[in-house]
Amino acid sequence: MTNKIKIKIDGKEIITEEGKTIVEAAKENGIFIPTLCNFAGTLPKGCCRMCTIKINNRFMTSCTTPAAHGMEVENNTKEINDFRKGIVELLFVSGNHFCPSCEKSGNCELQALAYRYQMMVPRFPYDFPMRSVDGSSPYIIKDQNRCILCKRCIKTIHDDQGRHYFAFKDRGHKLEVILDEKMGKEMSQAIAKKAMENCPVGSIIYKEVGFATPIGKRKYDHQPIGSEIEN
Amino acid sequence: MEKKIIATTSLAGCFGCHMSILDIDERILDLIELVEFNKSPVDDIKTFTKPVDIGIIEGGCCNSENVEVLRSFRKNCKILISLGECAIMGGLPALRNGIPIEECLNEAYLNGPTVGLNTEHIMPCDDELPMLLDKVYPCHEIVKIDYYLPGCPPRADLIWDALVALLTGSELDLPYEVVKFD
Repeated sequence: MTNKIKIKIDGKEIITEEGKTIVEAAKENGIFIPTLCNFAGTLPKGCCRMCTIKINNRFMTSCTTPAAHGMEVENNTKEINDFRKGIVELLFVSGNHFCPSCEKSGNCELQALAYRYQMMVPRFPYDFPMRSVDGSSPYIIKDQNRCILCKRCIKTIHDDQGRHYFAFKDRGHKLEVILDEKMGKEMSQAIAKKAMENCPVGSIIYKEVGFATPIGKRKYDHQPIGSEIEN
Repeated sequence: MEKKIIATTSLAGCFGCHMSILDIDERILDLIELVEFNKSPVDDIKTFTKPVDIGIIEGGCCNSENVEVLRSFRKNCKILISLGECAIMGGLPALRNGIPIEECLNEAYLNGPTVGLNTEHIMPCDDELPMLLDKVYPCHEIVKIDYYLPGCPPRADLIWDALVALLTGSELDLPYEVVKFD
């Protein structure tokens, strides 16, 4: 039997089990904490900092912090929401995110977070980096312009022997997530579709089916991201 | 109440945002009760003839003429609004950012698949033509912009709500569905 513990998020007391992370505990109790790099079923990495919360006046990532009895968490406050909006803005200026021409627009988690926090314009100057697009695989396009380096494709997309299709290349500002050339060519349609679904942005695109869903019927057209969790 | 004066322009844009202004449909009759248009493609006035209250900018800056027009808007307008993705972040013209300007011109006039009629390999170069900038700049990186209305194009309801809020001095409460980037 697992131990039940009580934590407080924005003053609301919730009951959860020991060992669960704060993101999981909040989700089960109808509280939305935004995430980007975190993906259900994989180990949390805590690299995007979207899920930042405040515990005892300290900033922590809620995807990597286990809930502990008596914890008092600040989540939906003006300060933290502005911090999260800042992260979204940084991601927008550090890549080339041309929403009007992106196949993932309307289903993109980064864009949905920008909508949720009503980003009208980033507070940072645009970087417009020169990035490449890899279309060597028969079923997918890997577009570095839109990649936010969340690592979700690296963690979740592998073949039945556990070999990964995607990997990190280089370091620092040159860091990229690349598709293995040989494995990319042998990739099945099912894996290609899963890779596109697991990518939070439009960096992995399944070929030849762009803009299939009309505007107004896409995932985040009418309801903000997280509204499926919030009660 | 005295009518407020509005000016609009399209820099490196496609006029889609102006189309979206027209998309406010019959509310345009209410709008002309509230405002008077000065320099704008809507009434074809080419130069500013009086001080303007609200300037609406569509498109980013891709050449020297865009910069000059944008600066004249800043000079003549009390409030400037960046309307649409191109004005806010460069938009689709900014896809060339990062590619050297020489490469872009060579592709457009010398090496591209559709340059067949340019048999003399002429590259446009005339004092009358504006100079291309090294990249496409968002408007707020050239002059101070006061408000931003995103969208490609911005929804007509967003433009209407923002203008009404500005003209009447009321608080702007934006519904989720009107702020979109596509």
